[in-house]
Amino acid sequence: MTSEAVVHGVEWTVKELFVYPNEFIYWSIQIVMYPYMTGLVAGAFVLSSLYHVFGQKDLKEIAQFSLVFSLALLPAAGLPLLLHLQQPTRAMEPLLTPHFTSAISAFGIVFTAYGLIVVSEIWFVYRKFFVDQVHELSGKEGFGNMLRLNVYRVLTMGAFDVSEEALKVDHKAAKILAGVGIPVACFLHGYAGFIFGSVKANALWMSPLMPVIFIMSAVVSGIALCMLTYIVIMEWKAFRQRRRGVAAVAQEIKGAETDIINKATKYLLGFLVAAISLEILDLIFRGYTAMKSWDILRSVMYGKDFINIFVLQYTLGNLVPFVLLLLPGRTMKRTVVALLLVLFGVFMMRWNVVIGGQAFSLSFSGYMHYHIPIIPHSLETFKEGLFGALTVAVTPFVLFWIINKFVPSLERGEEAGY
Amino acid sequence: MSCSRRDFLKQACGGTLASVLPVSAFTFLSMEEARAAVENANVRWAFLVDTRKCVGCGLCVKACKNENEIPYDAPVMRTWVERYVITNDGTAHIDSPMGGRDGFIDNVINGEEIDPDTIDKAFFVPKLCNQCDNPPCVQVCPVGATYQTGDGVVLVDREWCIGCGYCIMACPYGVRFFHPVHKVADKCNFCYHRITKGMNPACVESCAFDARRIANLRDPDDPVTKIITTERVAVLKDEYGTKPHVFYIGLDENVR
Repeated sequence: MTSEAVVHGVEWTVKELFVYPNEFIYWSIQIVMYPYMTGLVAGAFVLSSLYHVFGQKDLKEIAQFSLVFSLALLPAAGLPLLLHLQQPTRAMEPLLTPHFTSAISAFGIVFTAYGLIVVSEIWFVYRKFFVDQVHELSGKEGFGNMLRLNVYRVLTMGAFDVSEEALKVDHKAAKILAGVGIPVACFLHGYAGFIFGSVKANALWMSPLMPVIFIMSAVVSGIALCMLTYIVIMEWKAFRQRRRGVAAVAQEIKGAETDIINKATKYLLGFLVAAISLEILDLIFRGYTAMKSWDILRSVMYGKDFINIFVLQYTLGNLVPFVLLLLPGRTMKRTVVALLLVLFGVFMMRWNVVIGGQAFSLSFSGYMHYHIPIIPHSLETFKEGLFGALTVAVTPFVLFWIINKFVPSLERGEEAGY
Repeated sequence: MSCSRRDFLKQACGGTLASVLPVSAFTFLSMEEARAAVENANVRWAFLVDTRKCVGCGLCVKACKNENEIPYDAPVMRTWVERYVITNDGTAHIDSPMGGRDGFIDNVINGEEIDPDTIDKAFFVPKLCNQCDNPPCVQVCPVGATYQTGDGVVLVDREWCIGCGYCIMACPYGVRFFHPVHKVADKCNFCYHRITKGMNPACVESCAFDARRIANLRDPDDPVTKIITTERVAVLKDEYGTKPHVFYIGLDENVR
């Protein structure tokens, strides 16, 4: 039975009752990670645009940070797809021979377009900073300075004009890019929803609401992750200031942090309400119309996956953080707990869509259970297992750490970006 | 000879283009090949399954696995046979262990022993790719690696499939899978390599009971086409709008 082991999906699929022989959980953890990471990218960008386009001045600092963070998240949105492909060396083919009736074919184009928008916006926002760095570093001794000087030289791309007018043009360009970026970010993620929503063979996925639900929950998760990372970094900074004995500066950092988090929380709650409303509408509609598939869907939702859907996703991931954020006297600690739960809730939503959609057979007469590979014993069980997913989850933070060395998105004040 | 910047750029671009488009990239088709590639108006392959004749021996599954080099013990197959046993309490017991490859030799279905006295009716249903006229698998392939031929059969290009699995998800009949060796999407193609040479598909050839037959719908004299056009036949899951081209005699409401 050596050949059995290499059938994709056999490792982690357990069948119950009648399932067609070829049915397995073909789309596993990486396809859960894909919409999750894409959602974070889109959400982070929307948060940054709230400042750049709509002029929400009090969001300035988190906006700068989330713009750069969305760049760091971007490669992590494509990585799960690469890890999932059975033929990863052919990953460029959707760009070479795109078959435009397929929702996936546009991925490369939208992804690249979006990446260009984010990179250009960052360039316009930080151009003055790059130029300043070149002036500051030139003439300094040491290999490190040399290296940094050259990196910044490349980053300026030869545009050293930092006159008043030139900077005005920068501002305008960044604003336009942020404006164009919002629909593109929504498209990037909305169509991830479309990939699922348009599969007519899958009773759980097929819904025109799917793209909208995906966008709303994307913004929720993106804002939550940016807030969370921002809090952690700001707390760390304040902690360091306090250790240095500069309590006043620490206090100032904490004050600014609280203001921003209060404001961002309002947006988070708004999008959370929209996301939950749509999901509940979808659920009610399925139950009310009770099409042929409803019997098996009901048995999955109210039976097999009850804990995953109603306890972990709706209660722990949506209701509890909603209450935590709304109750008066909210502290930073409570906010952090709520944000972690929100992120967990959105992850569970992705899980329940992707894995839940494959929890029942196309025959409507049987079930499939997914057992995520924990300890990898082959490349496949690594890629499509817990550690593959963790690799994807860690990537954006590592990338952010590197990018932030050159594009200081966490500096306060006027010295970096705007 | 002087060379302006403009001339240099022009020549560089021309040279690059010429080098990336070698003549060998173009394939010259004969008239017949060209006609076949665009549309073969004389052929539209279809399939007829007479469930009343199927005894569930599994020879078709065996033959298919061997003919199409699907690893014999891998739990994936291009064709399979389902067993339906409807007991007098109205329950439909369905199974297809290893796709029915080894036949159905006991009364145990999904771990439950069925008392023969409680059986109202029982029958077998062979399944294979429906070679849909509106194939969702072709629609969703992001690179065009799966495509419909002029004579109606849906094929997979193993050299171009990226293995994303979208086609597997899109097929309402569950006929697609990842080939365990080639690591690309795979499915029944009516043994295209055989039918285009005037032979029968392996499963048709191996069926001793005439339960499986291939037809050319464009040939009015084809005896199988005559059955499809003049007798009462049904298709699976027509509600998906896929326009399947595997026709069944003796389908039951319990068939999934």
